[in-house]
Amino acid sequence: MQLASSKLRWFLAMADFVPVFILVLLSTGLALLVLLISVLFGPRRRAQNATKLMPYESGMRPIGVAQRRLPVRFYLIAVLFILFDIEVVFFYPWAAAFRALGWYGFANMLIFAALLLVGYVWLWRKGALEWESVDKS
Amino acid sequence: MELFVASPILFPLLGILLNVLIGKKLGERGVGWLASTVVVASFAVSLALFAQVAGDSEHAAVHVKVLPWISAGPLQVSWGLLVDPLSSVMMLIVTGIGALIHIYSIGYMHGDPHFQRFFVYLNLFIASMLTLVMADNFLVLFVGWELVGLCSYLLIGFWFTELKNAAAGRKAFVVNRIGDVGFVLGILAIFVTFGSLDFAEVFKAVKAQGGALAAAAGVITLLLFIGATGKSAQIPLFVWLPDAMAGPTPVSALIHAATMVTAGIYMMTRAHALFELAPFTQQIVALVGALTALVAGTSALRQLDIKRVLAYSTVSQLGFMVAAAGLGAYVASMFHLLTHAFFKALLFLAAGSVIHGMGHDRHTDPQDMRNMGGLARRMPVTFAAFVIGGLALAGVPPLSGFFSKDEILLAAFTHQPLTFLLLGATAIVTALYVGRQLILVFLGEPRTASAAHAHESPAVMTAPLIALAVGAVLGGALNLPGGGWLHHWLEPLIAEQAKPLNLPLAAFFTALSVLALAVAGWMYRRPERAAREVARGVGLFLARAWRIDDAYAQVVVKPFYFISTVCAQVVDVGLVDGAVNGVGDVFRRLAQLVRGLQTGLVRNYGLVMLLGAVLVTAYFVVVR
Amino acid sequence: MMINSTDVVAVLPFISVALGSVGLLIADLLIPAERRHVTAWLAAALLLTAAVIALSLLGSPTFEAFGGMVISDPTAFFLDTLICTIGLVTILLTLRYNQVRGILRGEFYILLALSISGMTLVTHANNLLILLLGIELLSIPLYVLCGIARPRLESEESALKYFLTGAFASGFLVYGIALTYGASGTLSLQTAPAAPNVSGDPLLLIGIGLILVGLGFKVAAVPFHLWAPDTYEGAPTTVTAFMATATKVAGFAALLRVLHGGLPGMESTWQPLVAIIAAATMIVGNLAALAQQNLKRMLAYSSIAHAGYALVGVAAHDTTSVVFYLTGYAFTTLAAFAVITAIGSSEGEEMQFLEAYSGLGRQKPLLGAVLAIAMFSLIGIPPTVGFIGKYFVFQAAVAKGLVWLAVLGVLTSAMAAYYYLRVVMVAFIREGSAAAPLPTPSAPRNLAAAISVAAVFVLGVVPALLLSMIGNGMLSTTP
Repeated sequence: MQLASSKLRWFLAMADFVPVFILVLLSTGLALLVLLISVLFGPRRRAQNATKLMPYESGMRPIGVAQRRLPVRFYLIAVLFILFDIEVVFFYPWAAAFRALGWYGFANMLIFAALLLVGYVWLWRKGALEWESVDKS
Repeated sequence: MELFVASPILFPLLGILLNVLIGKKLGERGVGWLASTVVVASFAVSLALFAQVAGDSEHAAVHVKVLPWISAGPLQVSWGLLVDPLSSVMMLIVTGIGALIHIYSIGYMHGDPHFQRFFVYLNLFIASMLTLVMADNFLVLFVGWELVGLCSYLLIGFWFTELKNAAAGRKAFVVNRIGDVGFVLGILAIFVTFGSLDFAEVFKAVKAQGGALAAAAGVITLLLFIGATGKSAQIPLFVWLPDAMAGPTPVSALIHAATMVTAGIYMMTRAHALFELAPFTQQIVALVGALTALVAGTSALRQLDIKRVLAYSTVSQLGFMVAAAGLGAYVASMFHLLTHAFFKALLFLAAGSVIHGMGHDRHTDPQDMRNMGGLARRMPVTFAAFVIGGLALAGVPPLSGFFSKDEILLAAFTHQPLTFLLLGATAIVTALYVGRQLILVFLGEPRTASAAHAHESPAVMTAPLIALAVGAVLGGALNLPGGGWLHHWLEPLIAEQAKPLNLPLAAFFTALSVLALAVAGWMYRRPERAAREVARGVGLFLARAWRIDDAYAQVVVKPFYFISTVCAQVVDVGLVDGAVNGVGDVFRRLAQLVRGLQTGLVRNYGLVMLLGAVLVTAYFVVVR
Repeated sequence: MMINSTDVVAVLPFISVALGSVGLLIADLLIPAERRHVTAWLAAALLLTAAVIALSLLGSPTFEAFGGMVISDPTAFFLDTLICTIGLVTILLTLRYNQVRGILRGEFYILLALSISGMTLVTHANNLLILLLGIELLSIPLYVLCGIARPRLESEESALKYFLTGAFASGFLVYGIALTYGASGTLSLQTAPAAPNVSGDPLLLIGIGLILVGLGFKVAAVPFHLWAPDTYEGAPTTVTAFMATATKVAGFAALLRVLHGGLPGMESTWQPLVAIIAAATMIVGNLAALAQQNLKRMLAYSSIAHAGYALVGVAAHDTTSVVFYLTGYAFTTLAAFAVITAIGSSEGEEMQFLEAYSGLGRQKPLLGAVLAIAMFSLIGIPPTVGFIGKYFVFQAAVAKGLVWLAVLGVLTSAMAAYYYLRVVMVAFIREGSAAAPLPTPSAPRNLAAAISVAAVFVLGVVPALLLSMIGNGMLSTTP
């Protein structure tokens, strides 16, 4: 009896995870499906000459390597963009419950924005946004 | 009152402070006399405290709590000091002999570039040793115990520019730590059993509960005894003491003969109530002591270094005291501790005087007895002192050693035949090596230029010799057979039946000792024999102290280095990596997956963490 | 819902350090580059203020705030004080060291303060989310601090290794928290395994196990210790000093919150496991330290070994002994690092190898004495605090019946005497080489060394001082 009830509890606890399992199954299945489709319907280039295996069959010869060096500054700006972009996400819940939260919520959001602003000012002053100039720190 | 009782400890500390701060300005003389004065002051206060205890009709102890220390739940420990008959005797020995050796050192260390450092260490030792003997609980005693160990380490390696001396210091420290493991566990066991570390409370509980504690007492006393074998240089941990002779000779006299090495005997006497509940431990103590006495005594027979003879002799005599404690003859043990402090300090200082007198030719080892001979005429005071000390050590009446050794032999005679045989043999061996040393050093013709040009030491060195010689001669009067002064003095603590002199026994051993002295004289009438007989066979075996040190090197030290190397090079690098590599394809594939992100060994770190996580969860799921 | 003044008081040290570091960020912009040490002094003032605040709150009774998210008790405020003091001492060490090596940057102090703010949150965590938040807040600035000496390769390597393994460990922690939540339906530490019958739930047990893995990484317990030697060796010595002390304290604060403050009624579940980890940590840490020739790496292994001793106290469920041990260990280690930061050539080349310390005791007796005192305290020789600390944890273990653990602790510390004494021997006994570097003078560093050594002795002689501060009413008494 004791055993049965603990087993039952285990199943009940596991029941909460059923949606997760379904999601896992769906995503794996979808990925497999896409692969399968491309295998089934994609063009085959089997056992042909080297020209057929080139990226462009138009006669242009590829020059150099595919990976090119990009200035690190580009990544820096990209990272900063993502950083601030994600922070903006936090504004959505507040906007949705704006009236319910009232002035208290507003004050909290002001503090949040002020902290963001400090970070932004610091970046700016440190020259992280300058495209050309040298490191100021 | 607290301050007055604590002042014997505080005076040397004050000396350290002054010598560290203004020692450079005081100059050599100033430093030496300042350090000696503070110890004399400690001695004076110790005398006053002694008189106070003696003046009380009950010999009631002076007991003060100077400072609170630890207060954690059931554990209450304070810096408490206890002056009772037992500790007051120890205080007088420490400060009295300590003061004499301080004064002697002024002459002995003259001209040493580290004069100031030497006296700072020496003062620190006096303060530490007094902390040890005045402690009113096991934890403070342990603090003193560790501090004297530290001082010993610093002073053995005092001339650390010679690698050999530094190694000797480290050896002493490490060997003592092994004993300390036992001692610490013993203290823990006392706390677990009694819920307190105060002497008063522990011994009150022992009295109240008696035999009910037998099992616990057995464990506790064995652990405490392990601590004593380290500090008091007994088998199996005695190997550090002969090497400790690398330190300056006054240090050998003070720390490694008269005071520190007797800490184990003091501790056992202090805790004698516990030991009496554990007859099994008592037997072990007695046998270990007697065996140590014989092994070390025979080793002393074949040493060539003047100080190493005395070192093995010290180990042997400590064996006597430990054996006495094991036989339950604590008064005899304390008595021998007292007389030994006198005559062994005397012998060491006399040996120091010889080395001082010999040390003029850099090409001759001033400590090698093969280089000596005929010093009696050139150093008459030193010779006289050495003879007195030697005869006391050999147990020739009416010198002090006769009375104390006789009491121990008598106790063994009536209790344990095996212990008695071992100790009796040692007594004869003792006379043999004393005779051998006297002849090799002082008689015959000088064998080197150094010996021929030796001269008597200055008065600042010979005066302490004379003072100690008086003590070595008259010390026996402190506890004449049949219930002497020491017996009555310690009565409040140790109730023991006093025994009258056993005349046949005493006469027998006196005769044997004198005979042994004569045999030694006949054997070494040609001193070259000494060098020849240690070359091989039994002589070599004895000269290398029964090869116990060599055995340790093979059985303990080498494997330990090996394990350490294995752990560093194989376990941490090889085994961990190896296990990771061997876990199998699953993990290897995982490693391949994350490889692109990581560099060098980080993947291994991650895998070990994963492995740990698997073990942790497996523990919870499977073992639970 | 609204925040009231009790809530603010409960985490006042955290709020002051966090806001202060934001202010520091702005202030640093206004300070000209050649006067960078002003930032350092401002940071020092900030930490001093926070330490004083935490100290003054020490007497207040235990209370929960923010709807039970955080808890405030004497232990928490004491650990706040300790961590802020460690930060303060670290800053004193950095002034000269960082200047010589060209890493006297404003960011250094801002990151340091931010990391400390995370630590002061961990000490108060009463909820697994707050615990995670605090741990991440303390870790992320540390990743950057390790690499702050760029472009020095070893510093970058150290940062990368720490970051990668740290992220891995955080994964375990988060997963463990998630599983615990799934099994018990709450994140609060006070109620986590709501009913005793839940304690057999494998989901909850795995969750707790994974949380232990994540926290074990932070305190560098075996087998989650492998990052420590590499990271400690490569990071700038001032950062290493901070990581070996403050981070260790914060990691243990988290362990104490989870095991002693939370999970009521589950002691028998985790005790054997923690005891095994403690034993493994003591053995591996000490054995590996035996073979080290590099002093910084040796101290890294030593810090692993000392985590083992503190874990003995954790296993024995004796919070007081753990807190005391950590305090003693922190000051002792700071004293040792004060000496290491002092030794180095003027070009900023560090002298990490033991050989470089030969003759130090003779050339600079005071510096040598500080090193020797630190080593003696690490061995555990009275009257230093190392002895008392060990005594407390071993005694706690014996009282709980973990005698074998105490015996193992005594044995390993006897073994440890060898490698600590070797440092003393090299410094005092070996002849100095001709090229032996002389320490660069620095008054703040000397002050830091003096504070640490004073703490080592004062706590070693009068431990009651500290014990009365923490009081006996510790978090283990909260239901």
